[in-house]
Parts: sequence; C-alpha cells; structure tokens
Amino acid sequence: MTMFFWALQLIFVPLVSPFFIGVVRKIKAKLQNRQGASIFQVYRDLWKMMRKDEVISSDASWVFRQAPFIIFAVTIISGLSIPIFASFLVNSLTGDLLMVVYTLALGTFFLALAGMDTGSAFGGFGSSREMTISALAEGGFILSFFVVALIAGTTNLFTIVETNIFLTAKFFLPITLAFIGFFIVLLAETGRFPFDNPATHLELTMVHEAMILEYSGKRLALIEWAAANKFFIFLILGANIFFPVGIAQTADFKAIFIGIVVLFFKAFILCAIIGLIESVMAKFRFFRLPDLLITSFILSAIAISLI
Amino acid sequence: MTIEINFFILIALYVCGAVGALLFRKNDQIANWWSGIMAIIGSLWGIVFAINSFLHYSKNIFTYDYSVFPLLNLSFHIDQLSAFFIFIISLIALFCSIYGIDYVKHFYKKYDLGVLGFFYHLFIAGMLLVVSATNGLLFLIAWEIMAVSSYFLVVYDRENKNNVDAGFLYLIMTHVGTAFIVLAFLIMYVFAGSFDFTAIKAGLVSMPDFFKNTIFVLALIGFGTKAGIIPVHIWLPSAHPAAPSHISALMSGVMIKTGIYMMIRIFFDMFSSIPLWWGIVVLIVGATSALLGVLYALTEHDLKRLLAYHSIENIGIILLGLGSSLIFYSLGNLTLAIFSLAAALFHILNHAVFKALLFLSAGSVISQTHTRNIEKYGGLIKYMPLTAFFFLIGSVAISGLPPFNGFFSEWMTFQSLLQGIASTDIFIKLIFVLAAGSLALTGGLALVCFVKVFGATFLARPRSEIVKQAKESSILFSLSMGALATICLIFGIASGYFGILLTKISASLNIFQNATLFFNESINGSLITPNGSATVSAPLWFIVFALILILVIFWVKFLINKNQIIKIGATWDCGINLNERMEITATGFSRSIVTIFSHILRPSIQHEVEYNDSEMRFLHKSKIVRLEIHDVYQTYFYQPIHKLISILSSKAKSIQSGNINIYILYILITLIFILFLL
Repeated sequence: MTMFFWALQLIFVPLVSPFFIGVVRKIKAKLQNRQGASIFQVYRDLWKMMRKDEVISSDASWVFRQAPFIIFAVTIISGLSIPIFASFLVNSLTGDLLMVVYTLALGTFFLALAGMDTGSAFGGFGSSREMTISALAEGGFILSFFVVALIAGTTNLFTIVETNIFLTAKFFLPITLAFIGFFIVLLAETGRFPFDNPATHLELTMVHEAMILEYSGKRLALIEWAAANKFFIFLILGANIFFPVGIAQTADFKAIFIGIVVLFFKAFILCAIIGLIESVMAKFRFFRLPDLLITSFILSAIAISLI
Repeated sequence: MTIEINFFILIALYVCGAVGALLFRKNDQIANWWSGIMAIIGSLWGIVFAINSFLHYSKNIFTYDYSVFPLLNLSFHIDQLSAFFIFIISLIALFCSIYGIDYVKHFYKKYDLGVLGFFYHLFIAGMLLVVSATNGLLFLIAWEIMAVSSYFLVVYDRENKNNVDAGFLYLIMTHVGTAFIVLAFLIMYVFAGSFDFTAIKAGLVSMPDFFKNTIFVLALIGFGTKAGIIPVHIWLPSAHPAAPSHISALMSGVMIKTGIYMMIRIFFDMFSSIPLWWGIVVLIVGATSALLGVLYALTEHDLKRLLAYHSIENIGIILLGLGSSLIFYSLGNLTLAIFSLAAALFHILNHAVFKALLFLSAGSVISQTHTRNIEKYGGLIKYMPLTAFFFLIGSVAISGLPPFNGFFSEWMTFQSLLQGIASTDIFIKLIFVLAAGSLALTGGLALVCFVKVFGATFLARPRSEIVKQAKESSILFSLSMGALATICLIFGIASGYFGILLTKISASLNIFQNATLFFNESINGSLITPNGSATVSAPLWFIVFALILILVIFWVKFLINKNQIIKIGATWDCGINLNERMEITATGFSRSIVTIFSHILRPSIQHEVEYNDSEMRFLHKSKIVRLEIHDVYQTYFYQPIHKLISILSSKAKSIQSGNINIYILYILITLIFILFLL
C-alpha cells in the first residue's frame, strides 16, 4: 500500500505540473480579455518537442548535453522529498528542508552552466542574471522555512506539515509574514513577474529564456518540463508548508483524495494570485530586485523574532 | 610505547626527506623524486598512524615528555583532536606530493629542486609538530618552522617580483600574528609558571577574568591571522597564488587550519569557563569573514586569488560552527556545543579536501596555459576534459550542493545555527538569525562564483590562443585530482559515519568531560541532529538520485522517438558572426553582484580615451576601461596603522642624537629605573 502511495508521489509532480502552467496562462489570458489556449496545451507542447529533431551547438560540451537530464532528475527527487498530499509518508531521509533547498540549487547550477556553454552572448548574461537573483533569494528562502521549522521544532518537511499547529492565533502573524517572504522567493526562483517574464524573448529582459535559448527538441522539452516541475514544487511548498490543511494523515484512499483536491484548490488560488500579479504589474528594473529580495529576508527575520 | 615510536618515525621520515633532498640537490631529477617519494611514504605513514590511533585508543593516545632546557620540554601529546589533524595534514599532503612530482618539473634547470624539497618536508613536519606539541615554547618553534618554511615556498618562484612582494607581506603578517600569540603565552606563563599545556590548564582556573579575556582576544587575532579572518586576511590572497600550486593546496587546505586547531585547543581544552561574549564575537567574525570573503572572490579574475578568497569564506563558515559551540557551552547546553564543534571539524576536513582539489586543478590549468587570468581561458573543457571534470566536482562540493561533502558540513552548521535561533533570549536569537542569513547568502554567492569560474574557464569558446595549445595534464595530475574528487563524494556519502566520529572527537575535549554523549542510531547512514529534530541521509539521496537520473536518460533517449536526429550546428547569433569576444567574461558575469554590493566593494570605473583628432573628439583611436575594486582595509585599517607607526618612529628619532654620551645617559637612566622597579 505504502509503495503505491510512494509511486503516486513520484509521478505526481511531473504529471500535474504542466497543468498549473496552463492554469496560470489561462488566467492571464482571461484577465487580458483573450480566449487563451487550452489548459492542456502545455502537455501538447511537451509531447511535440519530445518528438522533434535536435540541433546542438558545435561549441557545446557534455555539460550542455547532460544538463537537462540532471535538472529534470533534480526536480523529480525534490518532488519526492516534499509533502504533497500525504504527511504520513514520513520521509526522514531526504525530506529535510535544507536538502530540498540545496537540491533545487543543484539544478540551477547546471542550468546556468548550460547557459554559458554555447558561447552565445544571451546565454551568458541569462546565467549571470539567474545566478544573481537566486543567490540573493537564498537568504529569504531558508529563513522563511526556518520560521515554520522553529514552530514545529524540526526541519523535516513532513513532520512540519504533520504537526499542523499553525492555525493557532499565536502563530498567525509570523506564519503570514514568513509566507509573504516565501512568496517573493517563489516569484524569483520560478522566474515570474516582477523578476522575469516567462513569456518574452526580448533580449533586454529575459532571464530564464536566455539560458535555454540554444536548446531544442527533447532537451528543450525536458528543461521546460523541469521548469514546470519547479514551479509546481514551489506552489506545493507554499500551499502545504505554510497552510497544512487537508493533508492526508492516514493511509486511506478517501483521505488521499481529499488531500489532492485540497491541494489543487490551494495551488489554484496561488496561481490566480500569480496570474493577477503578472497582469497588473510591470517587470522591475533588474537592480531594484535586490530590494524586493531583502524585503523577503527581513520579513522572515521579523517573523522569527515574533515567535 | 609502539605508538610513540610510530609518531617519531613519522617526524623522522620528513626530516629524512628534507635532508636527503638537500644532499641530492646537484641532480634535479633525483632530488625531485626523492622528496616526492619520501613525502608520499611519510603521508601514508601519517594516515595509517591517525586511523590506527582512532581505532585502538579511546581518548588520550600518548604523552611524551623529555626535558631539554629548563623551559623547553620536548613534550608531545596526541589526543583525538591532534590525531584528526594529523589525518587531514597527511591526507592532503599525500595527494599534493603525488601531484608535486610532476608539477615541479618545469622548475628543472631553473631553480634548485633540493631546496624546494627541503622546505616542503620541513613545512609538513612543522604542521605535524604544531598539532602535537604541548609545550608553549616547543609549539612556538614548530609554528615558526611552519611559517618560515612556507615563506620560502611562497617565494620559490623568485624571478617574478610579485611573488617576492607577496612573500614579504606574508612574512610580516604571520609574524605580527605570532607576536600576539607570544604575548598570549607569556600571560599564561605568568599565571601557570610553566609553558606546559597541562600546567597552563591548571593555572588558568585561578586566573582573573581580565587576563582570560585578554588571552582570548590575543589568541583570536594571533591565530586568526594565520587562519585568514577579515580584516587580518590581506596576506592570504597574495601569498597563496604566489606559491606553486601543490603548495597553495597545502597552505589553503591545511596550514590555515592550524590556526583554527589552536583556537579549539586553547578555548576548549585549556579554559574551563567561557563567557558568553566570546562565542558571540567568534560568531560575528565568522559571519563577516564568510560573507566578505565570497564577495571579494566574486570580484577576482585571477584563478588562484579567487580560490584564496574562498578559503577566507570557508574559514568564516568554520568559525560559525566554532562560535555557536562556544555560545552553547556558555549557555550550558553541552550536547549542542559538541554538535556545533563537530560541524566545524567536519567543515575543516571537507574544506581541506575540496580546496586542495580546486587548487590542484587550477594548477593543472595554469601549467598548460601559463596564466592565472580567467579572462584568457574559455573552452578548456575540450582541451582538458579530465581537469574540467574534477574542477566541476570541486565546484559543486565547495558550493555546498548534495551529494558532495560540502553540503553536509554546511547542513550541520545550519542546524546548530537554527538551534541557536530557537533560543529564548532575543539578543542571542537575533545574532543567530544574522549568522544564518549570512551563511545562506554566502552559500548562494559561492554558487554564483563557481558558475562564473567554471563557465568562464572551461565552457564556451577559447578567448585566447594559449588555450588552443593546452593538452590534458599528465597521469600523476589526474591521479591525485581524481582521488581527491572521489574523496569528496565518499565523505559526502559517509557523512552519517563522520557525524558520529567527529562528535566523539569533540566530546573528548577537556571542556566536555562532564557531558553525556548522545548517539542516535543512524538509519541508512544518515546524519542526525542531537535532539533528532532533523535527519538527512546521503546514501539514500544518492541512490535515489542516480536511479532517477538513469531512468530519465533511458526513457528519454531510448523510449521516446528513437529515430530522432541530432544535428550539430552553429550557435544562433542573430545573423552576425559570433566570436569569442561576444561571450560573457568573468568580470561581466559578476558585475551585477558587484553593483548590488557596491557599498561594500566600492567598485570604480575609469575611462581613458585617445581620440584620432583631439579637437573634434568624435572618433576613438583607443579606449581603455579600468574596473577596480577599492581596497577598504588598505585605506581604513592598514594605512592609518602604517601612518601611526611612521609618526611614532619619526618622533622617536628626536631622542637619537648620535651623541654617544647621551646614549650612555639613557643606559644609566634605564638601569636606575630597573633597580627601582625590582
């Protein structure tokens, strides 16, 4: 039985993640008075790219060739290490919050190297920008997690979710502050507004797209898919770590079903917020981004001192 | 008895190597092979000695005492901590010696290889004596052997004037540090009446607080100079690059740790009560050094200077563990103090391994390209694939990414800081929050820095002709780098085992004799915090990750669309001819970070333009752009001191009239003064 749930957890993130990218796009389209593509268009895109031929730059080395696999595998193992719909699947071996943070950083590391590998000017500055943002986001990321870790008295994400003591009035303010801090990091790490525009290929503004400009075919599909996975992982973290409502505590199908439905609901709300931000806000100037990230750090620091 | 003899054989092997190298100096080849092989034997002996000590002895391994002069005893004492450091020294020395045999070949006929071998052996022997001596004077002698022999190694390539300057700076700074240490030992001597460490330990109990605090400050500055804490770090980024690469690896990986060793020895082994502010000071110094070290590393484009700045960063991380340990001890939480100290020890070990690996791979690149300027590299992964691979592993390890060893010691440090944040005192909480924030930011910036170094050095196209002549380095190079890279992985995967071992080592220190040892049963080789609040299993992560990776590769490559065609084409270039001048440089890569931290780094930009027609000023003939980082320490710390000393010296000049009668008068006054004093 447990094996079945683990298998479900293993395929859950890669299976569902493109859906939520589609959801955000749909919400944005609606807000812009457009019809928009189907929510499932992302799946079709991935399938299309998987079957295409590839062009690889003659300057690229094995780093460029192998990076997509490493980046994709990183998101899968991160998906295994976080509580998605069930907290009874206590993963005390890889489910440590620092482990998850640094595993995701391993993906960023290889993505940035792949960006530099082809010798294109775009790839280089894309990597530089991506690394700058993710380095500055690290402080807020870890500290916002430390807030919940302190309240729960453990850094294991599953146990944090299981303790489920956040809804008491005493912790309401710190949790909210930490969540806002985390949300800023979410926008930064997944390349959304105001940090990056996921829909542009304008050389002045692109960050993530600049790094993956040289990819095509299967490798591009893997990278896009991994980006979707990462986005979904951050949604899950935001939804479950800070508001652990509805997560299955016991191993029965009904509880798991409820867990999945509640997760979809929470992730949908987060997507709506992100879609709204992307529709009403302009991208920030690059050198204003540190202010935002430091805000995230300070919010979490205040939250810690409130506990 | 045998263990003592083994230890003396260890020292004798190095002395033998040193003397032999001098005897064979007439023939470069023989001198080189002799010193290389003797060093390999010596370090192997050292590794076996250290492991044997761990396996067969519990706390104190042996004490040896032989009186030479009234104050100078040849007294050695090996406990678990010393054995641990002997292990690190020998482990790194082993691979540096293997590497060195090939590396020094380009010095043949140019410099004296015998002298190099002599100082190399003396240097390692000096370090071994430093971590085993238990007499203040003997320790100082060993400390000087280490300092002076490393000075001669730094200036070995003496035709380059920069190296000589760097060596001189090193010599001055290390002796300024030694002056503080000597002062600390003299104060101890006054109260203990002996230079012997056990006597000092007893004497310190009755010492007034003022002198204890003075000793703490003196030791922190003195040993901090060797360790390279900011602001007494200035010798480090200039001396480490000047030395031959395998020496840099030893200096950066091991020698600076002897400073940390003595801090542990004095704070944890000699003192029995520790005021709270000591730990706070160490924590703040650690946080500052870590953050500033990595920021300065980002601005560098000299490969070895950059790595040297990362040593400062990692010393900062080690001090974070050490500082939290001191704080926990003063707060009475011995279990956490032991855990934090174990975190610091683990990072000492890990940093030694990956820093040695990085310096050796950097040396491999430099030996082929003959330049240390990163901007001149590019695309080396195609010319030196093995070196590139090993450098990549070193980069991943030093950036603290799983599954390599760097992550697990940083994890332990993070966990101790988190336990500090959980403290109820708001002031202590705040200090720990800042320390944790600094560690997180440091980790992130280190990642940027190593993407920069690896990308600019090994990826994209060659930015100069010298790269195209580069060939993969020799077998001995690859062997030593490959072994160190493997150790990075093994130490990472065996982190659970090391966690227990290092906890035992920290618990064996004097200060923790009343602590009850905690051991959580390790599940699947995982690393566990003392209260079981967090676990992380390296082997499981590695196995799962490897399985997923294989599965993904198999599925994507062989199951989906097997008939896919991969075409090799040119990089898309917007229709113009892309050349190597368009790709990003190391300076460009880190420019945004430098701009963001411009308040700390003080970057300056200077344009020098020469016009074709100076009246018209339209067409540039040539344009030079100079980007510089303002050296804050030079302006605000060292120059004022320098000025003060010059002013004082010129003031002192007025009493030196050159008249002998007056000098005799001075002597008379001094004599009378002393007579009254006594």
